[in-house]
Amino acid sequence: MKPDPTPSPAGSAVEVRQGLAGSGGHQPSPAGSAVEVRQGLARVGYLADQGIASVVYLAERLGKPVLVEGPAGTGKTELAKSVARMSGARLIRLQCYEGLDESKALYEWNYKKQLLRIQAQRLAESAPTTAGGGPRPGAGEAASPTGWEDLEADIFSEEFLLTRPLLEAIRATDPVVLLVDEVDRLEVETEALLLEVLSDYQVSVPEMGTITASQVPMVFLTSNNTRELSEALKRRCLYLHIGYPDVEREKAIVRAKVPEISEVLADQVVRIVRSLRSMELKKRPSVSETLDWARTLLVLGANAIDTEVVRDSLHILLKHRTDIERAAKELSVAKGT
Amino acid sequence: MLELLAGFIAELRRAGLPVSLSEHIDAAEALAHVPLDDRQALKYALGATLVKSGAHWRAFETVFDVYFTLGPHHLDLSGAQARSGGAPAASAAMDQDAPLSSAAPTEVLTDAQLREMLHRALMDGDEAMLGALARQAVALHAGMEAGRPVGATYYLHRTLRHLQLDAVLSALMEAGRRQAEGVLTPLEERLARDEYQARIDSLRREVEAEVRRRMVLDRGPEAVARALRKPLPEDVSFMHASREELAALGRAVHPLTRRLAARLARSRRQGSRGAVDFRSTVRHSLSCGGVPADLRFRHPQPAKPEIFVIADISGSVAAFARFTLQLVYAVSTQFSKVRSFVFIDEVDEVTSFFEEADEIGEAVRRVNTEAEVVWADGHSDYGHALEAFWGRWGQELSTRSSVLVLGDARNNYHAANPWVLQEIGRRSRHLYWLNPEPRPYWDTGDSIASQYALHCEGTFECRNLRQLEAFVGQLA
Repeated sequence: MKPDPTPSPAGSAVEVRQGLAGSGGHQPSPAGSAVEVRQGLARVGYLADQGIASVVYLAERLGKPVLVEGPAGTGKTELAKSVARMSGARLIRLQCYEGLDESKALYEWNYKKQLLRIQAQRLAESAPTTAGGGPRPGAGEAASPTGWEDLEADIFSEEFLLTRPLLEAIRATDPVVLLVDEVDRLEVETEALLLEVLSDYQVSVPEMGTITASQVPMVFLTSNNTRELSEALKRRCLYLHIGYPDVEREKAIVRAKVPEISEVLADQVVRIVRSLRSMELKKRPSVSETLDWARTLLVLGANAIDTEVVRDSLHILLKHRTDIERAAKELSVAKGT
Repeated sequence: MLELLAGFIAELRRAGLPVSLSEHIDAAEALAHVPLDDRQALKYALGATLVKSGAHWRAFETVFDVYFTLGPHHLDLSGAQARSGGAPAASAAMDQDAPLSSAAPTEVLTDAQLREMLHRALMDGDEAMLGALARQAVALHAGMEAGRPVGATYYLHRTLRHLQLDAVLSALMEAGRRQAEGVLTPLEERLARDEYQARIDSLRREVEAEVRRRMVLDRGPEAVARALRKPLPEDVSFMHASREELAALGRAVHPLTRRLAARLARSRRQGSRGAVDFRSTVRHSLSCGGVPADLRFRHPQPAKPEIFVIADISGSVAAFARFTLQLVYAVSTQFSKVRSFVFIDEVDEVTSFFEEADEIGEAVRRVNTEAEVVWADGHSDYGHALEAFWGRWGQELSTRSSVLVLGDARNNYHAANPWVLQEIGRRSRHLYWLNPEPRPYWDTGDSIASQYALHCEGTFECRNLRQLEAFVGQLA
């Protein structure tokens, strides 16, 4: 072990952290800021409501990660991307899946390179002995202890460290947004990997010591709620639930993402989608499906939505046969009525 | 403010939300960053730090409304500009004419005027106006008296009864039709109806908030919060759930089944290691020159149990049977076979309903309408039903089957026939009884729970989703 295992980034961490805390003193009026976040997000094409904007703003202020939950296709991942675009930060994404372990999430030693390094050392050591003619066992033994320590310090240095998303976000010197996508797919045990990163923004590497973030990155975790996340994880995060947007906001989203659509058509689209969402369906149409539908209608060249159009394109919004039948019946667009 | 926050959090905890100390600290920190006079910002800041589950948001909103309708800053109720400066005057005394904004007339409206303005506001979708009118309606119709010990729902119903929202809806539809000057297609009609319904719902919420606000003025936040406290969806008792609560349960049960199925599938896949697989170990040792460096294990494949569900579907316990069947079928991949039987005083097999229907609600509907479960008088008769089950299907039980009996064991003083359960228990691997009644009620009146419990491997109290989920989880 090295006497001082803390690598260089930790030194600068203190300054930057103080810088962040200090910025609290001359912050602009808070009311303006939450609104500013909203405007900033709108500029990069993400229409947030007040709830989303407030939470993002708070996360920035408090330096806490945000846990985003909600139905699929309501823009959870898009939020993280948009925040990154808004602040001009680099997006680092960790896609979670069952079986993800620390060598994929945190760091890994590049053992192939380490082996090469050891072999190279051995070659370098053996070269002069062979040149001198005849083995010199005494010299070799005397040299080995120090040689080994040097070697160990050498092969467990940053050069041989493969950074994975979490460590990369911690070590970054430029502003980054860390997105941990679909965190509910992790096993409960692996979830603990995240805890140290999320609460202290640091990663412990046994051979090197603790690497602390040189700056507090924005962290977003998204979850589709396929399982209950652990209390420990939830406690460390701000919680944001993104549901389906209301009619006005959804209309704005449709018009922003599908600019060629006419006002009337957009209005009809979102109102039909709202009616669909109020029904008992297996899978309710999400915002992304609304957008798909709006685009489809444009391609079909529909100027207004009538019974015919709805019946023929319902399968874009709904993905189950029973859902389509039920919706057609309830909207009274089924054949024969 | 900190004291108010502490009281608020205490109330959240009493309502059943798990709020930890560190979340309390976070909330206090967050308060430093939001303007306290902006009620919406305050709400989102507190919500983000204190509520960590989408299902708890409703409960949080209710408590928030109660505690922060009249904070130290006279926080604005609706956030709309409709009531600038109105709150202090209204709070001074329970004034009958809550001042309105300049947009609305300041004198008390008569019933007819109110109706007229309401109609127009709903037609135009004027949010601010609706808020103001909701306050007027409460002032006019709720007939609130200071100190009278009745619940908020009483005032709410009184106001809504006077407003006759159903009639308002059809009037709106009528007006909409006139405006369109022509016939609406069914689709347009449906859309218009949804639009007006949404507006009326928002009016209803406004009225509710106003009633709550006035009650807080009258009695203080603690008392009102206590009166409004409702159990969280997972804690609602099956036996006493109201219609709305049952609907909420139905919505809650779906994500729950998904979660449960995912968890069970996962735990089965992980499985514990079995014995060393000698053959595989030797095969893999070849790559290391015959040194068995990497031990291989056999993965045990535990046999999946076969489930027999025998459910009482008489009125009092129907909801319980429905949710249990729903949960069991949701995790049916974890069982080799699920067979279900329902009874009141006659028993019938309904397995095919669930296998044919691709949606559980459809199957439940068919169970309720098509299953032949009445034999004599249509009152629960456990003794006869169990005997009939034993006679017809008893031979199909084997040592791989687990039997679940669902019911409150209220036998209406018929013959109990406990010997049947004893036989079933002997033939099958497990026999469990799930009872939706609280344990203290067992064996009171015509309940013969303990007589049956004698022959069961275990009896479980399953009053709510939480308990039910725990049971189904350990079954698989």
